[in-house]
Amino acid sequence: MTESAANKEADGDTCHRVKPGRNGTVRNRQYRQPKSCCLDEAKVHQKTCNGGLYGRPFIESFEETPMLLAVLTYMGYGILTVFGYLRDFLREWKIEKCHIAREREEQRDFVPLYQDFENFYTRNLYMRIRDGWNRPICSVPGAKMDLVERVSHDYNWTFSYTGRAVKDVVNMGSYNYLGFAENAGPCTNAAAAVTLKCGVGVCSTRQEMGNLDRHEELEKLTARFLGVEAAMAFGMGFATNSMNIPALTGKGCLILSDELNHASLVLGARLSGSTIRVFKHNNMQSLEKLLRDAIVHGQPRTHRPWKKILILVEGIYSMEGSIVRLPEILALKKKYKAYLYLDEAHSIGALGANGRGVLDYFGLDPSDVDIMMGTFTKSFGAAGGYIGGRKELIDYLRCHSHSAVYATSMSAPVVEQIITSMKCIMGEDGTTIGRERIRQLAENTTYFRTRLQELGFIIYGNKDSPVIPMMLYLPAKIGAFVREMLKRNIGVVVVGFPATPIIESRARFCISAAHTKETLDMALAAISEVGDVLRVKYSQPRVPDARRRPFDETTYDGWED
Amino acid sequence: TGSFVLPGAHGVQSASSASSTKMASGQQWVLVEMVQAFYEAPAYHLILEGILILWIIRLLFSKTYKLQERSDLTEKEKEELIEEWQPEPLVPTVSKDHPSLNYDVVSGPPSHKIIVNGKECINFASFNFLGLLDNERVKQKALASLKKYGVGTCGPRGFYGTFDVHLELEERLAKFMRTEEAIIYSYGFATIASAIPAYSKRGDIIFVDEAACFSIQKGLQASRSLIKYFKHNDMEDLERLLKEQELEDQKNPRKARVTRKFIVVEGLYMNTSDLCPLPELVKLKYKYKVRIFMEESMSFGVLGEHGRGVTEHFGVSIDDIDLISANMENAVASIGGFCCGRSFVIDHQRLSGQGYCFSASLPPMLAAAAIEALNIMEEDPGIFTILRGRSIFTPSLKVVGEVFAPALHLQLEQSTGSRESDIRTLRGVIDYCLERQIALTQARYLDKEERFLPPPSIRVVVTVEQTEEDIEKASSCIREAAISVHQRSQDRSLVTDTASNRQPFS
Repeated sequence: MTESAANKEADGDTCHRVKPGRNGTVRNRQYRQPKSCCLDEAKVHQKTCNGGLYGRPFIESFEETPMLLAVLTYMGYGILTVFGYLRDFLREWKIEKCHIAREREEQRDFVPLYQDFENFYTRNLYMRIRDGWNRPICSVPGAKMDLVERVSHDYNWTFSYTGRAVKDVVNMGSYNYLGFAENAGPCTNAAAAVTLKCGVGVCSTRQEMGNLDRHEELEKLTARFLGVEAAMAFGMGFATNSMNIPALTGKGCLILSDELNHASLVLGARLSGSTIRVFKHNNMQSLEKLLRDAIVHGQPRTHRPWKKILILVEGIYSMEGSIVRLPEILALKKKYKAYLYLDEAHSIGALGANGRGVLDYFGLDPSDVDIMMGTFTKSFGAAGGYIGGRKELIDYLRCHSHSAVYATSMSAPVVEQIITSMKCIMGEDGTTIGRERIRQLAENTTYFRTRLQELGFIIYGNKDSPVIPMMLYLPAKIGAFVREMLKRNIGVVVVGFPATPIIESRARFCISAAHTKETLDMALAAISEVGDVLRVKYSQPRVPDARRRPFDETTYDGWED
Repeated sequence: TGSFVLPGAHGVQSASSASSTKMASGQQWVLVEMVQAFYEAPAYHLILEGILILWIIRLLFSKTYKLQERSDLTEKEKEELIEEWQPEPLVPTVSKDHPSLNYDVVSGPPSHKIIVNGKECINFASFNFLGLLDNERVKQKALASLKKYGVGTCGPRGFYGTFDVHLELEERLAKFMRTEEAIIYSYGFATIASAIPAYSKRGDIIFVDEAACFSIQKGLQASRSLIKYFKHNDMEDLERLLKEQELEDQKNPRKARVTRKFIVVEGLYMNTSDLCPLPELVKLKYKYKVRIFMEESMSFGVLGEHGRGVTEHFGVSIDDIDLISANMENAVASIGGFCCGRSFVIDHQRLSGQGYCFSASLPPMLAAAAIEALNIMEEDPGIFTILRGRSIFTPSLKVVGEVFAPALHLQLEQSTGSRESDIRTLRGVIDYCLERQIALTQARYLDKEERFLPPPSIRVVVTVEQTEEDIEKASSCIREAAISVHQRSQDRSLVTDTASNRQPFS
């Protein structure tokens, strides 16, 4: 997709050239409801219906929650809450033994550190299934891992370790997209050499005495990898967002943030002091409406024009498995002269033929995105984050980033791991390993998604996203699923409220290039088996007529005509 | 007329049933009379009444007044506004000679001997207090961990990002600090910045020292609580604020019962290198029932007989401090940070500490390095005494901080006029020393972001690795540099002074 074509779309002078509803287009309520025909909506509709913006099919599915399940889920939470109150009552009257850590005697008359209701959820709901999270591991987080065996004799209030390990658990949880979480091979060797030479710490900040030559090399390489003028690296992915957004916007600026953005983006936006408005997840109508309103009405009360507008989006949303509708966002951004901050935490390395993230995936020009952010934690098997963009931006950040001034710079071996893995992805190490892994990841993703769908599970997200959420809905099934899977030696991640909407509890699989077909088959067999036991194969045979299905505005369906 | 008869009819209704026939005939008579009156009425009367009835209907069913003219913009006007709007550039351009644009480049390890901009120097800039950065034992442990776990953890603590090494480090830290529990973060800056908002929410009150470091300031901002700054280390000022709050609480006891109050201080202040008066703080804590959070990045592994920090230095029970946070990037010479305290307090962060929950966990090799550093610190507490014995003596610059603080600030005796020229003057000192193989650095701040911007300074760090000679050399070098730079700037200021003050009568 070229720039000019995107511009054309933004001007709205190409429409309906492509048959609506063709492969990869979006069908949503606007399209089916003749009543929404006011000008701007109509325009958006043309754009979203126009497959021309996308160089490839954009297929994303979010199957609607079956009504019965929604009711049952609410009932489930209702029962848990009632029992929670009952048990709180029993604890209060010392009928049930209470395991909660208590305030010191000396400080009993202080204002309580926690309000009683604050921890109600933790105490009565989370505690029941706490064993599904924070499972300690004692090996590389590769395709298979070893878990530290732990048991609880007091219903998850405390754990004790048996001293044994659960060997060779299939790892469907780590963000090890390209399989660079390894303890042997060129990356590890390079990191080992640097450890011996430089040690692990730095003991100073970038601006003071912590600017190693390897940092600068990493930044040059990252810039080259991303195809931008310059880049800067930071020690923590979370802090890359939370400590740099405040350097970019301030009072009088507007931040438009996707509703499902990561906590770090939300925190960064909040720390910046800018006005924050939230648009519906990946919903271009919602974004465009906010953009228009913002420019037309200006700042609240004073009605002065906004100084600048920054759109915050992620490449792959880690809880939905959806991919940002970047071509449309770029068109909107150009039309309304907003700036775009793209967080590629999960997509860098994991998408695109060259592993260069969503821009590579859509075939777009990196210079169109103002701020390219990403992390080294996932695909590169290291730690930290980066920001890439024009040289002026990076120069400014070098002087004004909170991270550069106040935070210790990156550990040298970690930097080395990133440099070697990035070179491997780029093919600069003289091998095709990187390319091979990118291809393998795409293949694994397609295979796993297709198989899950065939098995009858409801899975969310884009067909090309290696993050695969699978719906469980009922709170009781969260714990049951994760335990049953571990019995079958598969480590999975489950998520419930508050990380997801209350009824949409889910399991999440992260596909890795390190997974072999056998591993995936093993996992799939176990998932299918547990799925039968727990009856979580919810997907209903599709009704051919899309019109009958009640979509809300944010729902995109994604099968081909 | 009808109006005459009607009350009668009402009266009849409540009377006995015997009079019901009479009532019926009475009603009939009224109706007849009305119709008759209608026929007899003049036309103009009827028309008038008709109009009146219509008018009443209109009043009932129509809006009585018009809201002021709606000022909705037309689509065209909107398009024009959108067309017209020009945003500010994303970032302002930075001039090429911005003092913090061009970093000093360190090649090789940033240890005792350091190569800065191609020149080998003795390091007086990194916070490597105990010299653990290039300790062979630490390196070997890190290496062994690397060979076992690889580099990254590929996940947050909740999702298979907890390694046995993390659990071990947490246990060791708790043991080292003699607290119930410790929690580790993967980034030093994020530690206290995440810990504060985990407890203090909107509506709560935080009393904080003016000299608090930047990560505390960010934590305060993220908490959205009410922030009250007291003068640096001024306990009277703090007590004044606490008393004020007490009065306020008495006025509204219901609100006071749910308003949490915290004092946030640093053990050894990063920006001023002096100690907080902890015993007084603890007294105030119990008097006014306020919790104390203390950030100990500069004092952990430095102060106290066993390096436990300010609590040990003052002999204050660590249980009296609600939360202690420190990073593992200074004395421990690894990466990351930790909080420690009672389980009742600390455990809460495992679900509420943003930097803990939402960030990838600390690479295991860095945790392993920290464990080994703790081993060394436990085995040989003598290093803390050696460290405290080190101090820089430079009479020509103003030395700020306690003598035993490992990082001291050297400021200009007299400002040269503006912050910018002060910074340039100090840079002159640093360059002079760099030439003579002493690596120094300025304490860097974001001028516009700091709540109370400290004056520009050179931060000199002493470590156990430096010898007496090294320190002597550095002292004399800084002295010479300061004198020559002072001379130069004085000359310059004299020149400018005479130039600007050349009044006719002088």
